[in-house]
Amino acid sequence: MMWLLKPETLPEKLAVMVVAILLFAVVMGLVLAVVDRPRLPKWVPVAGYLGPALLLITFGLLWPGMLTIRNSFYDHTGNTFVGWDNFAVIFTDEAFLIVIRNTLLWVALVPTLATALGLVYAVLVDRTRVEKFAKTLIFLPMAISMVGASIIWKFVYEYRDPGVRGDLPQIGLLNQIVVWMGGEPQQWLLIPPANTFMLIIVMIWIQAGFAMTVLSAAIKAIPDETIEAAKVDGAMGLRLFFFITVPSVRPAIIVVLTTIAMGTLKAFDIVYTMAAGGNFDTSIIANEFYTQSFNQNQQNIGAALAVLLFVMVVPIVVYNVRQMRISEGER
Amino acid sequence: MSLDSSVGVQRKLTRKEQRQADSKTRLSSPAASAFAVLIAVVWTIPTAGLLITSFRPSGDVRKSGWWTAFANPSFTLDNYVDVFGTSNVANSFFNSFIITIPAVLIPIMLALLAAYAFAWIDFKGRSFLFAFVFALQIVPIQVTLIPLLSQYVQWGLDGTYWTVWLSHTIFGLPLAIFLLHNFMKEIPRSLIEAARVDGAGHVRVFFQVLMPLLVPAIASFAIFQFLWVWNDLLVALVFAGPEYSPITRVIATLAGSFGSRWYLLAAGAFVSMVVPMVVFFSLQRYFVRGMLAGGVKG
Repeated sequence: MMWLLKPETLPEKLAVMVVAILLFAVVMGLVLAVVDRPRLPKWVPVAGYLGPALLLITFGLLWPGMLTIRNSFYDHTGNTFVGWDNFAVIFTDEAFLIVIRNTLLWVALVPTLATALGLVYAVLVDRTRVEKFAKTLIFLPMAISMVGASIIWKFVYEYRDPGVRGDLPQIGLLNQIVVWMGGEPQQWLLIPPANTFMLIIVMIWIQAGFAMTVLSAAIKAIPDETIEAAKVDGAMGLRLFFFITVPSVRPAIIVVLTTIAMGTLKAFDIVYTMAAGGNFDTSIIANEFYTQSFNQNQQNIGAALAVLLFVMVVPIVVYNVRQMRISEGER
Repeated sequence: MSLDSSVGVQRKLTRKEQRQADSKTRLSSPAASAFAVLIAVVWTIPTAGLLITSFRPSGDVRKSGWWTAFANPSFTLDNYVDVFGTSNVANSFFNSFIITIPAVLIPIMLALLAAYAFAWIDFKGRSFLFAFVFALQIVPIQVTLIPLLSQYVQWGLDGTYWTVWLSHTIFGLPLAIFLLHNFMKEIPRSLIEAARVDGAGHVRVFFQVLMPLLVPAIASFAIFQFLWVWNDLLVALVFAGPEYSPITRVIATLAGSFGSRWYLLAAGAFVSMVVPMVVFFSLQRYFVRGMLAGGVKG
């Protein structure tokens, strides 16, 4: 039965997949058959329907989360209690301070710029003949993996040594543009702190499509009467945008900002793929967690970084939920 | 953000003509149009550049930028043949399918049942448990990885498909339950009660009354979960053994080791992107609907 754990050929792998799906179907079928008989006490069907999901969530999210919080207060062996030492390291060591600074830069710039671009673009293409096509262009990066996006942009930033005579061609678009404009090509991903901004651009490129889609739907939900009334009063162009459109879609803007902020905090792939896991001062918390836990064998620091990430996500969520409550109350 | 924004989208369709009539008043200034075109170009060019590169002969890729291909066009499929031959791209491409299919089906089924219980069975502690599930949506998966991995090692299951499926299922569940519960709540109570009065048990109500109505909601979540699992890197790095790695992980590794062999990296990147792009273009409608219903996972 070893092939169920370690299949070697493609047919074996496919067989394992089919076995897994069938196994799941049989187990769920049995559970449903048992709990669906009439005249059982009420908790039996509830347990049958809810039990599997709750069990998995408890096993895979709640319990490991609590263990990680515990481990963040222990040393790397996990046996000696060290109090706040791990956090003290993170907040005093120079390398970690750069990681925190980068994370703050990411979480400040990505949500605001992606939302602003998405909003402006949604307004500009709204009700035009090419609207659907224009939106698909911006939206497409959402479907691409962050790994794919990283490679796309790594190629844009690619640097070629121009040679002694300085006439060897560039193959990266950014450096070619720099050369066309009479500048010197740069190794964009190796120069801190510029490289962090280069990585941030990639995340904005990915997230703007999400902002645009949600905000576009919100813009279309603004009652026509509101727009008409504003136009009668003489509001046009920028004034219409700032005094009518933006306030009308404010709840959607907040949802978009907070959602992107959470996604940005947890984003790991871009730094891993484009900057070899955070070289040259590019690391962010989500990425440093991986480096410390799995490359440096410092699980205690990794745990503290994960907890820090969690602590940063919580206020954003609380704010989001509270704003949703307020805007629901307004309706 | 609940369903009201998608209602907004539908209402817009009926007014489309009227809205198009006054479109001139909104996008009137040439500067505004130019800005929109600029954004569209910046968002498209990088992908187009890599796509063109993936079809250029390796010698050309090394010697000149992709924009020169318009002046002297010369294209080939060799890079794709090479990338399938010289590295484990082909193998990992199949791994991606094997990982993704169960990791989409299983959480959907589990979440449907849980959402049904939350929406249509009255029991004590329901709102507490629902808040618990909702709250766990925000846990960054980084917090869970190391304890989960040591548990898998203890069971002797580490590095297999099984732990990858299990992990993706767990990480997808809170969002799936939340989304499907929102959709399920929209179904009129009278429909469910009529079926219950006719003597239908929960299972029959679930499969015969609810499931057909939920197809769009299920499709929305399925696309999310599909894209999320297919595009995932972190879970694959931590839990999948090298021989069971999905294509994202292999491509991310190539980005480091291939260095300047851009002809291979470009082709490999597009092999990894073609499946999500097909899914995205064919099912864009459901994707947008799910997104507007509040389904976005970080």
